[in-house]
Amino acid sequence: MNKRLSLGMAFVLLVLPSSLLVAFTHYPAVRALANSLWNNATSRRPSRFVGLDNYAALLEDEKLLQVLINSGLYALGTIPLAIVLAIGMALLVNSRLPATSLMRLSFFMPTMLPMVAVANIWLFFYAPGIGLASQILSSMGLPSVNFLGSTETSLVSMMVVAVWKEAGLFMIFYLAALQTVPVHLKEAARLEGAGSVRVFLDVVLPLLRPTTIFVAVNALINAFRLVDHIIVMTRGGPNNSSALLLYYIYEVTFGHRDFAYGATLTVLMVVILGALAAFQYRVLDRRTHYQ
Amino acid sequence: MSQGLNRIALGTLAFVLAGVWGLPFLYSVWTAFHPEKYSATFQWDAPITLMNFVEAWQAAPFGVYFVNTIILIVTILVANLVLCTLVAYAFVRYRFRWAGFLFGLVMVQLLISPEILIVENYLTLSRAGLTDTILGIALPYLTSAFGIFLLRQTFKVVPRSLDEAAQIEGAGAWRVLWTVYVPLARPVYLAYGLVSISFHWNNFLWPLIVTNSPEVRPVTVGLSVFATVESGVEWSLVNAATLMTTAPLIVTFLVFQRQFVANFMRAGIK
Repeated sequence: MNKRLSLGMAFVLLVLPSSLLVAFTHYPAVRALANSLWNNATSRRPSRFVGLDNYAALLEDEKLLQVLINSGLYALGTIPLAIVLAIGMALLVNSRLPATSLMRLSFFMPTMLPMVAVANIWLFFYAPGIGLASQILSSMGLPSVNFLGSTETSLVSMMVVAVWKEAGLFMIFYLAALQTVPVHLKEAARLEGAGSVRVFLDVVLPLLRPTTIFVAVNALINAFRLVDHIIVMTRGGPNNSSALLLYYIYEVTFGHRDFAYGATLTVLMVVILGALAAFQYRVLDRRTHYQ
Repeated sequence: MSQGLNRIALGTLAFVLAGVWGLPFLYSVWTAFHPEKYSATFQWDAPITLMNFVEAWQAAPFGVYFVNTIILIVTILVANLVLCTLVAYAFVRYRFRWAGFLFGLVMVQLLISPEILIVENYLTLSRAGLTDTILGIALPYLTSAFGIFLLRQTFKVVPRSLDEAAQIEGAGAWRVLWTVYVPLARPVYLAYGLVSISFHWNNFLWPLIVTNSPEVRPVTVGLSVFATVESGVEWSLVNAATLMTTAPLIVTFLVFQRQFVANFMRAGIK
């Protein structure tokens, strides 16, 4: 145990396996930084060094501004809602109500499905006229709404899809945490005359903090990482109203074939993620009660 | 008395939430099993049919897509299990300079996952001539920081005495790994395997970028191409195809439900 690592072993255990990791994580991150200082090569001219020109372009890119606002709204709208719903689901599934395993299946099913399948299901659900959303609205005598086709509703519609897909996964984490809450703590609080709402707020919720940090960080990464539904359902439209940052990177790079600007946007993405993760850990970590 | 009322209120809330949550999926399943003309008008007594599945299966090479996905997830799973084990073993059992720093570098992948680096990774692949290949889809995922992290946590609690006893009996580093560490981590391997399979079965953006031809497409990309290729595709067919491509995963989940849930829990706690 805790032996010195010989050179041969180090090569087999560390260098070989990690080289793949470096080649597809660290190398591309550094490479993006380097490429962001060059302009895009075309068939007529090779790329040349342009310094910070691409970053100057970021500042003037109005579409990027909209995309960043969308991404911010998307994260703020989906993460807290998904967390609250997940805690509620976990409490219900963990309760002594009948049919909890059926409930768990219903909540967890969307998590199992690929985002592409989820997107198809919701594309159909939202479809104007024939979708279930339209049918429900018209049965209540309300006018049909083009959820994905109008700039006011497209982003919110995407957020609904994301919450639907993710809340069940977070529920599992909270379910695990709930089962580790010591019964004697709850009983002690009850003896002191606390009602079940008080017990939850003062005893259970503080003990769920580590889980909330973990879930929040994961949800944040997912909010930036997962844009499959945008690609399948709206392609960022109409009028960029549902475009998120990673979707924009995809569109700029593989739609407009502008790899230099794509690299610049990648650098921006890495910086944003790093800053958010550092911020989240600092803020949430300070208030955490570890058992 | 109020306890009873509370229970009824809570039960109703649970019932409504679970019902609403299940609705989009159930409606999609319902449509997949009924003729096209009912997809816009729900009727209890509409005739049930399997024709949508037959038609969808014939309309696109889903068989090829399935084979591609299976090759993809098996490649990634085997590579992950082997490579993550080696790295985790090194970090737990050996002492070397900058171990903490190097582990931090590995963990960077948790934050900056391959999805975010699509631009540069695509350029790397195209320089290597590996675009439009299944290996190309798999490459960025062959080592996983999550797997290394999970196995390191597991190896850490393997009792020192077991390791030492094996050494006294003359076992070398590889034998110790194979006879002491790996068997004790079996539940973690199973759990990690399930997560890895579901992640890569579902992965879409990277395979979409890397692949061009139907011969190498995984099911997710195939499904999206099928559902958007002509706007004239019928909803009942799209729903049947959606269900068909996710069914193996749903069945796997139902079979392994307990381990699956336990694993997600374990991943969450540690």
